[in-house]
Parts: sequence; C-alpha cells; structure tokens
Amino acid sequence: MRFGGNYQGSSFSELLEVDYAHFRPDMSRISEADRRALSIPHGTTVLAFKYAEGVVMAGDRLATEGHRVASRDIQKVYATDGHSMVAIAGAAGPAIEMARILRVELEHYEKIEGEPLELEGKANKLSQMIRQNLPMAMQGLVVVPLFAGYDLRRHAGRLWKYDVTGGRYEETEFEATGSGGLFASESLKKAYAPELSRADAVKIAIEALTDAADQDRATGGVDVERGIFPIVGCCSRSGIANATDSEIREVYQDIMARRRSASGVTS
Amino acid sequence: MSMPFYVSPEQVMADKAEYARKGIARGKSSVTLEYEGGILLMAENPSTLSKIGEIYDRVAFAGVGKFSEFDQLRKVGVRYADVKGYSYSREDVRAKALANAYSQAVGDVFTNQMKPLEVEMLVAEVGDDNLAGHEKNAIYRVQFDGSISDHEGFCVIGGAAEELHSYLASEYRPGIPLGEAARLGRNALQRASDGEPRMAPENLEVCQLERRRPGRKFNRLTTDQLRELFGE
Repeated sequence: MRFGGNYQGSSFSELLEVDYAHFRPDMSRISEADRRALSIPHGTTVLAFKYAEGVVMAGDRLATEGHRVASRDIQKVYATDGHSMVAIAGAAGPAIEMARILRVELEHYEKIEGEPLELEGKANKLSQMIRQNLPMAMQGLVVVPLFAGYDLRRHAGRLWKYDVTGGRYEETEFEATGSGGLFASESLKKAYAPELSRADAVKIAIEALTDAADQDRATGGVDVERGIFPIVGCCSRSGIANATDSEIREVYQDIMARRRSASGVTS
Repeated sequence: MSMPFYVSPEQVMADKAEYARKGIARGKSSVTLEYEGGILLMAENPSTLSKIGEIYDRVAFAGVGKFSEFDQLRKVGVRYADVKGYSYSREDVRAKALANAYSQAVGDVFTNQMKPLEVEMLVAEVGDDNLAGHEKNAIYRVQFDGSISDHEGFCVIGGAAEELHSYLASEYRPGIPLGEAARLGRNALQRASDGEPRMAPENLEVCQLERRRPGRKFNRLTTDQLRELFGE
C-alpha cells in the first residue's frame, strides 16, 4: 500500500484514477465480438417512486446470462449512505462495482471535507461515473442505475434516472428501468398516487415487480417457494428501512388472492 | 565572525527536535480515553476547524500542533484507509498499519527535510465483539520524529502530555462509564490550560468510537449532547 499519492482532492473515484490507475483495466480494446463470446450476468428490473414520507426503491433478485439464470438472489438495491440509495440494472459486474464505488465516494467526501454532499451533488457524481463507463457501455456493458434519496434540506424524497451517456433526469413521481422496466412503469402508472402511505407504497412496489416478472422472463418477482424476496427500501427523514420478508410475503399473497378471485379461479 | 563549516548530526537532530517541540507546545493538548462502551477523543478547541476526525469504520484520528500539517496527514490517512478497504475488505483497515505508515512518513520528513513537522498524532481503533480476534481496542501515538508507541486506557498528545499523563495515571480506572470518562478528560484538559475553571462545552471538541454502533462507529458529539453528558 502506498502512503500519500499525487491526488489532493476529495473524490474517491478521481483518487483511484490518478493514483491507482491499475485498479481500472482498459476495456476499450475488447472488441464487440470478444465481448459477445463472454457471457456476463445482467440484472433486470428496478424501480423507484415517491411516497408520503420520502422515496421507495425496489428491485427483484434475478440475474440472467442470456437465457440462463446466473443468480436468483443478487442484490440490486444498495444504500449508498444513511439517506440515499442506488438501484442497478444492466451488466451486473460493472453495475455492482459502480454502486460500491459510489458508496465509498460519498463516505470519502464526507470524511475529507467534514460534511456530506448535498443529495443533488451525489446524483451528479453518479452521472459522471456513468459517463466514464461510456467506453464500456459501447462494448455492450451498459449500466443504467436509478438514484433516490431523502433531501434533508428540502424535506422531500427525490429520484433520478440516467441514460448511458450519464444524462441525468430528475423524476417527479416514479421511474423503472431494466428489461422489465417498461412493464413495471405501466403498473406503477395505474397504481401511483401522491402521498401514498408506507404500507400502500410497499404494496404497489411489489405489484409492479410482480407485473414485470409476469411479462418479462428475465425478471424474478417474488419467489415464495425458495423464500427469495425483492428488496424494497423505504428512505425517509429518519433513514433507510427495508421492508421485511414476511411483510412482502403477506403483500404478495394478498395480490395473488385478489387476482385469483378476479379471474374466478378458486384454489 | 566565522561561519561554522561543520555541525554534528547530534546537534542537527537536537535543533530540529527543539523546533518541533516548541511548535507543538504552542497548541493545545488532546486526550483520548477508553470507556466501557468504546473510546472517547477530546480536545480543547473553540474553533470550527476539527482536530479529531473519522478515518474508517472503527478508526479515528486526533492531531495537535500545526493545523495545516496534521490536517494534511489526516486526509492522507483517509485516502489510505478508503483505498485499502476498497481493494481488500472493510475489516482489513486497522489502526496499527495506519499508525506505522504515519510513523514512517513523519520520521522521513524529520530526517530528510530542513523543517520537521510540528505535529503529534493519535490513531485509535475500537474493538468489535462480533469479529473474532478484533475485540480489543488499540491506541497509537506518533510523535514529530516518527517515534511510535501504543497505549492502554488513555493517551495524551500535545505540549502538556507528560504532566497530564501522570494526572490520568492516578485518576483513570479501566471500564469507566462514558460520563465519567468525559468529566475526567475535561479535568485533564483544564489542567493543561492553566487550570482554567470549568471549560465550557463550546470550547471542547469531543468524538466517540462507539463499540455498539452498527457500521461506522465514529460519532461527533454536539454541544448540547456534551452539556447533557456533563450533567449541566
């Protein structure tokens, strides 16, 4: 370990670039054909929306390699600090790494500067990290996360979506991304209302993931047999709390019971 | 008047040491105490510029002497810890390795540069009961010439270190509760600043490494929390 390098600023990702360039291999020389030969796990559906106390972020747990299941219990929703979260979709390797670096980045800034970044500053930093990933994205290793958190200065939940070039768009209600993102969005559009209670928020999050899993074969949804449940993080003024597995199981069973009775199926 | 052509290495080192000691003695001292639930770091500091800082999950830093110099060292420590935790695991970031790196860096400057660093530093690590082999606290002191020592129970850095050490040696008991540790630390700092009666909480900087806090164990106490702690 080297002690003291050339970098003098307060960003961790820049520190890595300046003083530890060997940590980030140059993937731009890998051709599209090479990349196709590699089978790389992809994460699928994540979503975020506002509710009365802040913002909810949720994601299923499935990762796929082509038509194959790569992992049934991958984590796609990460707390980046006490009041912000990132949800990842796309190439799992670089996406998880980005979430990890973002977490260190926010903590690093806070320690060096003595105070945390503003929520908007955090969202902007993620935008730069996605832009840096553009050469890899051009090789097919696309990372398109969602970022959400509770803004302690404005007393409100806020959320952002990104495009592959690092474009950053703040959303006022809800957003979903990944292979099942379209179906989750459609589901949220029907169920979303401003000022939802926490219980209702968890319910529509699970319903949206269930709808996405129904239409998109790469999305996991709720796996009751294996006991694998989506991660639903609720971020409010008091911090981040994930919905418990038993709460999600109950909500899911209610949804399925309602759908069975609506279609006249008795079980 | 003739210029001296030769100065003995002993003389050079003694001069540098005297220069550094004087610089450090101009500033205030800092006290660190182990208490029942962790480690308490205290410094007399009426300004908003911090002398105590978080390095990593279980590791904290305290510096005395020239602010610009020890604050630079604190930042180097944060970078070192974050890169280490990122490339290995969070549990691999330990106070001993960091204190050794500080000792090398400060000792290097002392031997090779004209001007020694006018700083003294402390690196503290709180134990974690859930990590086998990492349960014990650790406190290291690094001096201006790079000399390093480890301490149990309490440690003082700064100009009044020796005087306060003998005071704490007679007053300190292992496993004291937080409030008592805070009062003892304040008494020590008062002695260092010519017995100034009742040092106000506004003039104190106090941070904890809390053994039972999940995740990042560093916590900075506000003036209100301090008042409550002192029972005022």
